[in-house]
Amino acid sequence: MKKLIALGLTYAVIQILIMTNLISDYLQATLVTICINIILAVSLNLITGFTGQFSLGHAGFMSIGAYVCALITMRTSTIYGFIIGVFAGALAAAIMGFLVGLPTLRLRGDYLAIASLGMSEIIRIIFLNLEITNGAAGLNNIPQFVNWTWLFIFMTATVLGISNFIKSSHGRACISIREDEIAAEAMGIDTIKYKVIAFVIGAFCAGIAGALYASYFYFIKPDLFGFLKSVDILVIVVLGGMGSISGSILAAILLALISTYLQSFPEIRMVLYAAALIAIMIFRPQGLMGSRELSLEFIGELGNRLKSRKGRV
Amino acid sequence: MTILNANKVTKSFGGLTAVAKASLKLEKGELVGLIGPNGAGKTTLFNLLTGIYTPDSGTISLYKDGQEIMLQGLRPNKICSNGLARTFQNIRLFKDLTVLENVLIAMHKNVKYGFVPSFLHLPYYKKQEQELINDSIELLKIFNLDDKKDELAKNLPYGEQRHLEIARALATNPVVLLLDEPAAGMNPAETAELTRIIKEIRQKFDLTILLIEHDMSLVMNICERIYVLDYGMVIASGTPEEIRSNKRVIEAYLGEEVNNA
Repeated sequence: MKKLIALGLTYAVIQILIMTNLISDYLQATLVTICINIILAVSLNLITGFTGQFSLGHAGFMSIGAYVCALITMRTSTIYGFIIGVFAGALAAAIMGFLVGLPTLRLRGDYLAIASLGMSEIIRIIFLNLEITNGAAGLNNIPQFVNWTWLFIFMTATVLGISNFIKSSHGRACISIREDEIAAEAMGIDTIKYKVIAFVIGAFCAGIAGALYASYFYFIKPDLFGFLKSVDILVIVVLGGMGSISGSILAAILLALISTYLQSFPEIRMVLYAAALIAIMIFRPQGLMGSRELSLEFIGELGNRLKSRKGRV
Repeated sequence: MTILNANKVTKSFGGLTAVAKASLKLEKGELVGLIGPNGAGKTTLFNLLTGIYTPDSGTISLYKDGQEIMLQGLRPNKICSNGLARTFQNIRLFKDLTVLENVLIAMHKNVKYGFVPSFLHLPYYKKQEQELINDSIELLKIFNLDDKKDELAKNLPYGEQRHLEIARALATNPVVLLLDEPAAGMNPAETAELTRIIKEIRQKFDLTILLIEHDMSLVMNICERIYVLDYGMVIASGTPEEIRSNKRVIEAYLGEEVNNA
């Protein structure tokens, strides 16, 4: 119940800020980026942070969602077309995830990292050469349906869905693979099945994120979904803490804010961004949140610790 | 009534034959020991029985509800769900998870809810989760771990980690339990406590137990039969008294007698 109230408040406050133009168009673009990055990071965290499978292909799944949704909405430019587009894009990404995951996840170790990297490059090259995707020039004038309300709905649905999944027995099965694959298998967990499931759910959510991206920024090209985009998402996950959903959310917000703030220093922007990343990793090698979650109890605990520290001084 | 029958199981790694035509039979309800010098292939044999390795040749059958289930070639999770559970010599707990979570994961095969309820947390889901938690706590009580259920597994003292390994194996609801050196590194008091627990769970869960152990006092004390493995071969089997006086066993442990020159 507390959760619902907090969510409702967040939605309402930002909606009012947008309606009263206190959030400018520029800031709104940052807000959209944050929401999309949250979906991407939380879904990659399910694969990498919780199930322990190192994937470098998240941008590939995102691009499938983006292109499928774009192509559908450009033909049926209605709100129904948009909803169908988002789900078709997510489904296409999930099917791709299944096809890549099934052979590579049977193996233990880092094969997935290489295979997923290869996959996302193949997808990019395919989009670069297809006629229907307009090659390197990309797709322009994609109908814009996404607004704060849609973003909020999809973001909360994916974040709540994944965090619920993690707490269920199926989620625990995924976590046990990260902890000790051999022991998990010996305890009756079908490790291949759960690795593939985590991968497919992650791909599905990345597809949603891609669809939202295409529909908000109304322009996509293959270069947007290269290797660097995958690394960007991975950076958010590692920075927030592997295995912490609230960590991913915090890191997505923090990095977007740093990046936006640094726009005023264009010459040294990337240098400062990198320096900030290095600094955070030096002082919090386990990520901002480690593998913990931000909750009311956690904040209370922090408060108590601070109090006892003061008491000692 | 035979419950587990390994027939001429062989496994080589390159040129080394770790287990050579080893045959082993467990009767229902028995408590059997598996001993042998270091490197004799005891743990390899466990890994073959539980599917972590696939045997090069030989068969392994489990008899359950009057049916014969062939275990060789099955994946470890399938073997586990058929009722063969194990612990590990070098403790393999999910160490960054809590005691309760360790047991809950092993109970996974009892879960009836599908994926959709796990995303939505429907009431039906909550009821089942609560049942799982209650069952897990019941199980932890046997090992006096119920009041430590929220501790991380890695923070438990060594002896309790060993207990948790057994609890986790029991959570899979096995008919045959394989214990790999459960008393390793324990002091005599802890070993005595472990002996009591093994006897208790055997009664309570109607188990057949096969255990690898170097602690002879434990083996001779609770095992009804003993298999002795050396260089991957079964060199002797019988009651503790028979094993104690078996010439080949003494040779395997102490070396051959030197002939008078």
